[in-house]
Amino acid sequence: MTLREVLMIVGMAAVTIATRYPVLALFRHVEFPPLLLAALKYIPPAVLAAIVVPGLVAPQGDIDLSLRNDFLIAGLFAAVIAWRTNNLLLTILLGMAGLWVYRWLVM
Amino acid sequence: MPTRRGEFLAGMREIVPLIVGAIPFAIIYGAVAVTGGMSPVAAAAMSAIVFAGSAQFVAAGLVAAGVGLGVIIFTTLIVNLRHILYAATLVPYVRHLGQRWLVPLGFTLTDEGFFTTIRRYQAPDNSPYKHWFFAGTAAAMYVNWQIWTWIGIWAGQSIPNPRSWGLDFAFPVTFLGMLLPQVHSVPVAACVVAAAGTALLLQSLPHQLGLVAAALAGVSTGMVVERFAPAKSTAVKETIHHDPA
Repeated sequence: MTLREVLMIVGMAAVTIATRYPVLALFRHVEFPPLLLAALKYIPPAVLAAIVVPGLVAPQGDIDLSLRNDFLIAGLFAAVIAWRTNNLLLTILLGMAGLWVYRWLVM
Repeated sequence: MPTRRGEFLAGMREIVPLIVGAIPFAIIYGAVAVTGGMSPVAAAAMSAIVFAGSAQFVAAGLVAAGVGLGVIIFTTLIVNLRHILYAATLVPYVRHLGQRWLVPLGFTLTDEGFFTTIRRYQAPDNSPYKHWFFAGTAAAMYVNWQIWTWIGIWAGQSIPNPRSWGLDFAFPVTFLGMLLPQVHSVPVAACVVAAAGTALLLQSLPHQLGLVAAALAGVSTGMVVERFAPAKSTAVKETIHHDPA
């Protein structure tokens, strides 16, 4: 491991912990106003949607709604699995399998 | 009766599907890192010390592109900004814990751990040991991430192009599976649509800055819709417990 790599890892670790720990530690003595508490419950679905939808609709960076977008097709298939089974592990495994089958059949 | 041990094991069990989704990601990270010019020791050390999948992924790409240290560290900060949202969401539930808990929980906070843990905290039961559940998710996620990083590092020297296998699909499909069951009311649906639309519009912004903006757009839309179309009684009621330490 080179000195540059050590500096990179230490620097990355420092900024990463800075996004995780201080809010937990500093705001524990602050009573959150009701409006903020009401807002917090929307953070999980909002962040998930902001990760998932571009990842499926625009996997290469540009919006692609065609049948050539295998991530979108397999994602829709996985969505059906998620809806019908409500089983996360099954959704992931069948979703991955769906991607490979679609590529093998179509692409 | 909930016990510490029971909660810890439940946390490890509940995060298993998300761990399965993270495995391909860890493999690709390890492979891309060493094929891009990082030493195997550095690639493994980054997983152990930084422990932030998306940021590690981006950093491996930047190392391969020959980008300077300052840019890599700054990019890491931006990519990890969403952790602030996670931490803020958790504060009401963990504020009774001491530093002995907050430091390790903060260090190991991940997307997967957060989404699993927040569901446990939002469950209506009164278990005083939900932070043990949090710790269980974190421990399982951490150990798994190390092991599959090593395998990826090893595979990086033998698999020519790991991305062509479609393994990077595991990330969006995992979070898709997490998202859909949460869409149980009109305000949440509006929040999801607004966040998704904003994320697509702002995609050209570098390094997931669009993600944070999209999250804020989703949250505010959900709040506004909630005000005008109050959630039906079918919506999940939230209870926040302030357990004494």
